[in-house]
Amino acid sequence: MEPVLSVRDLRVHFVLDEGLVRAVDGVSFDVAPGQVVGIVGESGCGKSVTMKAILQIVEPPGRVVGGRMLFRGDGAEAVDLARLDPRGAAMRAIRGAEIALIPQEPMAAFSPVHTVGDQVVEALRLHQRKWRPTGPALSSADARQMTVELFRDVGISMPGERVDAYAWQLSGGLRQRAMIAMALSCRPRLLIADEPTTAIDVTTQAQVLNLLRELQRRRGTAIVFITHDLGVIAQMAHHVVVMYLGRVMEQGPVDDIFHSPKHPYTRALLRSIPSLLAPAQSPLPTIAGSIPHPLGRPPGCAFHPRCPELIAGVCDRQAPALKVVEGEQSAACFLYHRDEAEP
Amino acid sequence: MTAPVLDVRGLRKFFEIWRGFPRRVVGTVRAVDDVSFTILEGETLGLVGESGCGKTTTARCILRAMAPSGGEILFRTAAGGVVDLAPLSRKALRPLRPQIQMIFQDPFGSLNPRMTIFDNVAEPLLVNGMRARRARLERVAALLELTGLRPESMHRFPHAFSGGQRQRIGIARALATEPRLVVADEPVSALDVSVRAQVLNLLLELRRRLGLTMLFVAHDLSVVKHICDRVAVMYVGQLVEQAPAAALFARPRHPYTAALIRAVPIPDPRAPSGDVALAGEVANPAHPPSGCYFHPRCPFVVERCRAEAPALRQVDGHAVRCHRAEELSLAGAGQGIAS
Repeated sequence: MEPVLSVRDLRVHFVLDEGLVRAVDGVSFDVAPGQVVGIVGESGCGKSVTMKAILQIVEPPGRVVGGRMLFRGDGAEAVDLARLDPRGAAMRAIRGAEIALIPQEPMAAFSPVHTVGDQVVEALRLHQRKWRPTGPALSSADARQMTVELFRDVGISMPGERVDAYAWQLSGGLRQRAMIAMALSCRPRLLIADEPTTAIDVTTQAQVLNLLRELQRRRGTAIVFITHDLGVIAQMAHHVVVMYLGRVMEQGPVDDIFHSPKHPYTRALLRSIPSLLAPAQSPLPTIAGSIPHPLGRPPGCAFHPRCPELIAGVCDRQAPALKVVEGEQSAACFLYHRDEAEP
Repeated sequence: MTAPVLDVRGLRKFFEIWRGFPRRVVGTVRAVDDVSFTILEGETLGLVGESGCGKTTTARCILRAMAPSGGEILFRTAAGGVVDLAPLSRKALRPLRPQIQMIFQDPFGSLNPRMTIFDNVAEPLLVNGMRARRARLERVAALLELTGLRPESMHRFPHAFSGGQRQRIGIARALATEPRLVVADEPVSALDVSVRAQVLNLLLELRRRLGLTMLFVAHDLSVVKHICDRVAVMYVGQLVEQAPAAALFARPRHPYTAALIRAVPIPDPRAPSGDVALAGEVANPAHPPSGCYFHPRCPFVVERCRAEAPALRQVDGHAVRCHRAEELSLAGAGQGIAS
């Protein structure tokens, strides 16, 4: 099946006074229809900038400087999002309607001076020709009725009253549910969830994750799920992309990533998290050092100064390419394709 | 048997809600409502709960960053006497301050960016009477070494350090006055995964080497389980369960504790996902429900829970605030769903 989204060699650079930051530096991945792709990484790995590049909302001084992002709408020809004008009609027809976003902070994403219902109604009416090409224009009353249904669908109690609430009158969990309702309102082909549960408590997080899983199963929407939480990724994703300093270190099916990680970074990351099931009070295996400053990216493989399996003279000179290691799992590491290193 | 360093009894902190004109009190937020616990010498107590449960307010009352509305905070001083911190004036607290120190959550906000690392870490020493600069230099060098930083870097400014290094500096500063009690409020939640393990290991090592006594406030149960000897769980201002960490995670006695444990996403795709999520939302501490505060969300609710507020009582070595603690069989970490 053709992927909904194919990102190829995506590059996003930020030109700062201090120098050039390669926030996303040659990232490639595919999202198949109905699949949940988890992008996981620590701060500065470029996961959020990747999300912004897909939606063409990278703020200056950042700019998409290379690569392709092929998006296939319903039965349509693939469009390269990277070639569209971020402010043009084509991109605006896709953004929100074909590719929707669930942001991290629903409080910041909703306007505080409009009711949440009105904001969903606006999205519905703006993009109505996408999901109902014919017929008379959608009336406010009908759009409102649809919003109530959407709210009920995402498990908001008393949806008829909640549509008239302002974002600041809702609790964190309800606000995120309203945001999910808005993102789903135009039946997008692809949903991007950027740390959707980071700002909420664990018991509410469990509810929101359950809701997303259930909606995903029912509607078959493809999701790009961005998070730093390996626990959330394990429970949500089918396919995982591990990023570090703007590059993909490893990607593969979720079970392979967690049970047979190939890249030393993925392995170290998985070992270093305290788990409810691990023995208590024993020292955790750590990753030496800290994440380098984006302006001081190490030469060669970005992870080599912290890597326990460093091959001296190889990893610090050349950057490894992402290559298939086993089955559907690929890693960017010379441990698996040493022969490709130049002497 | 070691003596408790801290013995909190019936701690209360209420905030009045002022509204209208003329301004008058229209309600009270019972942020901390009758919380009691002890921390023994050399022990780490974890205080967990969701946002708004009062865990940070409890920590701030113990530090006397705010005055509690009621209750006692009995602190055993270095001299061996026991003082109640709750009613003390600022002046009376002054000599006790060096003995209780804090590690903050945000390593970017908690260091003064205009002061060097030396000045940041030496500030508590200077305030507490270590006048000789040479003595302070030596002490700061030793502290940085203790927390895994290079003493040569002490004349640099905080911006030159990463988040994990800054947190080490914060820990060095908290240890500068050789406190009897360290209050750590979410000390690793702002750190990246790869750095978090380093700081957790440092805290474990410092405990072992210095015999630190610690109150560890956190929302991340996996971190709490890893580092704490005993755990106290708070819900809407009240303590709902307290037990040794291993017992609490293996066999929780309060339905809320069990739900919290189950809600933690396990980093293993083969682990069953927490399909039985807790319904509803945390109660409003200004208008708590009748009876047990947890009853509107509790899957095991009976008539009695709605009418009668349960008292904190001892069940099998756990202190539990639940009417049905004995009869319920709740699943702990890594087990199936409660029967």
